[in-house]
Amino acid sequence: MSRRFTPKVVTANRLLEGDNVWLTEDDRWSTRIEEAELIEDEAHADIRLLFGQAQRNIVVGVYLADARPGASGPEPTHFREAFRASGPSNYPHGKQVEAV
Amino acid sequence: MYRYNDFDQAFIRERVAQFRGQVERRIDGSLTEDEFRPLRLMNGLYLQLHAYMLRVAIPYGTLNPTQMRQLAMIAERWDKGYGHFTTRQNIQFNWPKLKDVPDILSALADVEMHAIQTSGNTVRNVTADHFAGAAADEIADPRPVAELLRQWSTDHPEFQFLPRKFKIGITGSPNDRAVTRAHDIGLRMVRDASGAPGFEVLVGGGLGRTPMVGQVINPFVPQADLLPYVEAVLAVYNLLGRRDNKFKARIKITVFENGLDHFRAEVEREFLRTRTAFSGVDQEILAQIEQHFAPPAFRNAPVDAYEAHRAANPGFRSWTDTNLTAHRHEGYAIVSVSLKKHGATPGDATAAQMRVLADLAERYGHSDIRISHEQNVILPHVHKSDLPAVYLALRDADLATANIGLISDIIACPGMDYCALATARSIPVAQEIATRFDELKLEHDIGPLKIKISGCINACGHHHVGHIGILGLDRAGVENYQITLGGDGTETAAIGEKTGPGFAYDEIVPAIERIVGAYLDQRQGPEETFLQFFRRVGMEPFKTALYETETADAA
Repeated sequence: MSRRFTPKVVTANRLLEGDNVWLTEDDRWSTRIEEAELIEDEAHADIRLLFGQAQRNIVVGVYLADARPGASGPEPTHFREAFRASGPSNYPHGKQVEAV
Repeated sequence: MYRYNDFDQAFIRERVAQFRGQVERRIDGSLTEDEFRPLRLMNGLYLQLHAYMLRVAIPYGTLNPTQMRQLAMIAERWDKGYGHFTTRQNIQFNWPKLKDVPDILSALADVEMHAIQTSGNTVRNVTADHFAGAAADEIADPRPVAELLRQWSTDHPEFQFLPRKFKIGITGSPNDRAVTRAHDIGLRMVRDASGAPGFEVLVGGGLGRTPMVGQVINPFVPQADLLPYVEAVLAVYNLLGRRDNKFKARIKITVFENGLDHFRAEVEREFLRTRTAFSGVDQEILAQIEQHFAPPAFRNAPVDAYEAHRAANPGFRSWTDTNLTAHRHEGYAIVSVSLKKHGATPGDATAAQMRVLADLAERYGHSDIRISHEQNVILPHVHKSDLPAVYLALRDADLATANIGLISDIIACPGMDYCALATARSIPVAQEIATRFDELKLEHDIGPLKIKISGCINACGHHHVGHIGILGLDRAGVENYQITLGGDGTETAAIGEKTGPGFAYDEIVPAIERIVGAYLDQRQGPEETFLQFFRRVGMEPFKTALYETETADAA
């Protein structure tokens, strides 16, 4: 039997800038995971993934990443996704210091 | 150093123009990502965890001041104001935008640099002893041969789709600073009975998930036969190497599965062909290349002021004790500039620091700069009388950390702070170890100790050959660090042994402290280095220190 579906966000890198982005409910690519659409349904996740993958000239490397609801929106559950959302941890110079 | 001729210049200009067109076609949608990815990788452009990353080749780690200034300009204009020097003596820019990359490559071409074959299943940047041409212990400068190998391997039609990437390391010194035994092909310059120079050829070394120490396939290949011999090795590997399984595709597995004797016999047979096919033109080219590597015009000057300055300034003395190496010419020293300030990211240099290094090389260093595989910068030819001025300028640029070869001079791969393949972070572990031992003021007491950290099994941080190796893994969604001890990347190469179960992120620095504590408590004296101690006593004292602390406390 397949495992129980856990909530997901659709994430990718922008083609031109390369930076990490997340798909929002209103079909934008946001640089903040908090603005992402948190997908609780597997069939809907597949549809949103296909929607993201179809935008081949805007984003690359589209995939579903695990996430959970947080105070201000979706939060990553795995540390890799946490670094993608926050930037490098050696010193602040990635997303941490960029204008939102 | 080698200067491009018209052919070289035309070749890289053409590649830049081709890539510019490819980027335009990707952006306008005529190329899909699947079509574009191999094209960008051929030009050193990766997509990493946060952004694109451009890996620029620094052939055998040699740079001139003009090139260094151009790297600084690129860092400032198109990146975040810094660059990261790597364990293949290359530089990586971590934040370029796709549309800017053709301009970056064009700016590199302006100073005879490129990013070709810094990715893909090709012959990668040939690495060399970073003290080449300067070291007192050297037979001869290996860089002319390294340059010959670079020219031969660049765009070599037979070797653009090898089973897997291919790395060559070369040294001209019996003291191996180029980790030749961990390379697909390692070349160690030796002399035969008559005194003629040639190379001991090692094959099948490598780190990664299956670490192996290279084996001698031929104890002496005369210099004139080296290129046809290396081509024979590549040709045999190209045919015998496995293409069905990426993890078994490196030459170390080919040699292991076929046996060294069988592999050697195949190479010898191929060599008969290649040796005839090489008409000797390679030796003519080598003779031309050698002219580019003529030693600088060394000067003879008194060193009294240097000695007096050393005696009067403890900070300067400490730096000269750790960061200088014996030079072949009297009155000169090799200066290692540490990019490992305690708490900083190993291998990072800001644009301002790059310019200081370029200025110093120009003013005091015969315009020669090297990048070491240990992620430091070398000024290979500095007259001792200039060292006080060099030290002051380095200190002003935050580049005078006196820690070369010590516990805080750590190799760390980018790890999960940048790399898409990483399973754990590596840089912050290095930062914390360096900071901790700086607080303890112990690192000069500890003496020579190489810590090397990789953030995944691919081992870019050379952890297998660290005296203390640290490998970061993802264990059930949490960072976990495995420790190995006794690794060695020199002529006495060895793969480190695992201590046992790994440690969580917040346990790894205390674990390293316990290892170092066990060594300090039980060594025969300061003369016995960490590696010598490990070879004498083995793993047991360290296992006790790492895993039986609570029991010991209770007893």
